[in-house]
Amino acid sequence: MRMNLLNGCEASAEGAISAGCKFYAGYPITPQNRYPEYMSRRMEEVGGVFIQAESETSSINMVFGAAAAGFRAMTSSSSPGISLMQEGISYLAGCELPAVIVNMNRGGPGLGDVTPSQADYFQSTRGGGHGDYRTIVLAPWSCQEIHDHTYLAFDLADRYRNPVIVLGDGLIAQMYETVRLKAIKKRFPKKPWALDGCSGRKPNSLKSLFLTPGVLEAHNWKLAAKYAKIEKREIRYESYYCKDSKYIVVGFGTCARIAKEAVEMARQQGMNIGLFRPITLWPFPYAQLAECLKNAKKVLVVEMNLGQMVEDVKLAAKNSDARIFFYGRPGGGVPDPDEIYREIKKK
Amino acid sequence: MKVIYQKPESLTDVNTIYCPGCGHGIIQKLIAEVVDELGIREKTIGIAPVGCAVLSYDYFNFDVSEAAHGRAPAVATAIKRLLPSRIVFTYQGDGDLAAIGTAEIIHAAARGENFSVFFVNNAVYGMTKGQMAPTTLPGQKTTTTINGRHPETHGYPIRMCELLSSLEGVTYLERTTISDILGIVATRRAIKKAFLWQMENKGMSFVEILASCPTNWKTSPLDAMKWMKETMEKYYPVKIFKDPGIDT
Repeated sequence: MRMNLLNGCEASAEGAISAGCKFYAGYPITPQNRYPEYMSRRMEEVGGVFIQAESETSSINMVFGAAAAGFRAMTSSSSPGISLMQEGISYLAGCELPAVIVNMNRGGPGLGDVTPSQADYFQSTRGGGHGDYRTIVLAPWSCQEIHDHTYLAFDLADRYRNPVIVLGDGLIAQMYETVRLKAIKKRFPKKPWALDGCSGRKPNSLKSLFLTPGVLEAHNWKLAAKYAKIEKREIRYESYYCKDSKYIVVGFGTCARIAKEAVEMARQQGMNIGLFRPITLWPFPYAQLAECLKNAKKVLVVEMNLGQMVEDVKLAAKNSDARIFFYGRPGGGVPDPDEIYREIKKK
Repeated sequence: MKVIYQKPESLTDVNTIYCPGCGHGIIQKLIAEVVDELGIREKTIGIAPVGCAVLSYDYFNFDVSEAAHGRAPAVATAIKRLLPSRIVFTYQGDGDLAAIGTAEIIHAAARGENFSVFFVNNAVYGMTKGQMAPTTLPGQKTTTTINGRHPETHGYPIRMCELLSSLEGVTYLERTTISDILGIVATRRAIKKAFLWQMENKGMSFVEILASCPTNWKTSPLDAMKWMKETMEKYYPVKIFKDPGIDT
């Protein structure tokens, strides 16, 4: 087993390499500059291709080309750069191409700041670009998890021919932790649809344009069936002390990890409290959270934004009697466990 | 019976959407003929633009990908880097390459990406029905310059070959025309040169092809050819900007 002290960018990059990623294109943006720097060396070492693109727009379209050619491909960036990529992500979804996009979320809107944020929840879970599509979204809370999630993201992307977003943040990007590295993947799914020259077969084409009336609608229904399958099979979450708890805290990523400590503090004070943590933000674990809220009287949703996932929590809680509270820190603010604990006590 | 002329194998047997007198049909046939001649159909990958030629993935009988508007050079960059033994080209119009995709083409050229670019310049937006292009000539009427393009308010046209000629990564750079038979023959030779140059791994090969759009120029196909010769080729001189000196 390989153990390494890595920051979130490096841990994620190693997850990609273990998963057989052979192409990385990116453009520097804080707080994830370590990502392209690290990949520039590692891609060369593993016989892959690294390109420092002229923009995030170009990066995502290079990823499109690499995916079209049948290779495992990725890019990473942070919020403003991810905004620029939305056109490309929509095309990836439309053309049903597998790709992995790592977003080390920073504060916004606009240029915002370079500190950790979760304000890209809506953008990540609602498609983000134009058209009716979904991307699978994984929300790690540690360097180990961003390693594992990035590895998993490549398998999910290939399995469903769909872009997958790993939604980290500025804290995970720059924090160092020990990481157990996954073994290098050896076997990969076949991609008969890829463009690698039509030797011995009929030509392939990749497109998202369907001008004949009804054909695009049929294509969208086909995508809808795929999304339904993903919703059925790929929901991931964790719960702590949720069974029979009267008070449930809900958070994802970094916020969930901080909230967990606050929940432990509250339990030590005798409170009947648990934590629910969606790991896939899309598909969102509505039914699993609803089950968790059966006996709950109060729910506190904690996010590093003005309240985005809380809307999904409300959807999950539509048949619950629990009162839902929200505590958020927008614009790059990061709560500490005491702060969340105080918030728990207040409600 | 001896066959002296036939549809290239690299074209599918379908009707195109192109208007009478449109340059795309001619140019795509030339590309297909050269791909056949070089025997590279099974290892060629084309990138279709957004614009009138977007449906070229239905017309070429080899692997073709769509690209977002202007992004074909980024898509081609990745494919060629990962599959260096394949022959990769982008086929782009003037809006695609010289307006929305300016950054992508300039940086792919600067990096010296080893694929071929066929840049179809007809000085107008075709698919959206006749708006000003970055290559629309001064004085030329379009649906967004109804009194003609005035450089003082609409800016000047971009001469892409001249612009790219300063970049070391582009090693073959030529502008051709399809306004007459000689031009078509020269264009075919340029396309072949571009592919041969790519096979030598010598950097970007870029062929700008002046083409006709009678529908949006509001002329007959014949007058369109005449306008190309008399007006367009004055502004966009047909010449070799960088010559790799390959025998075709």
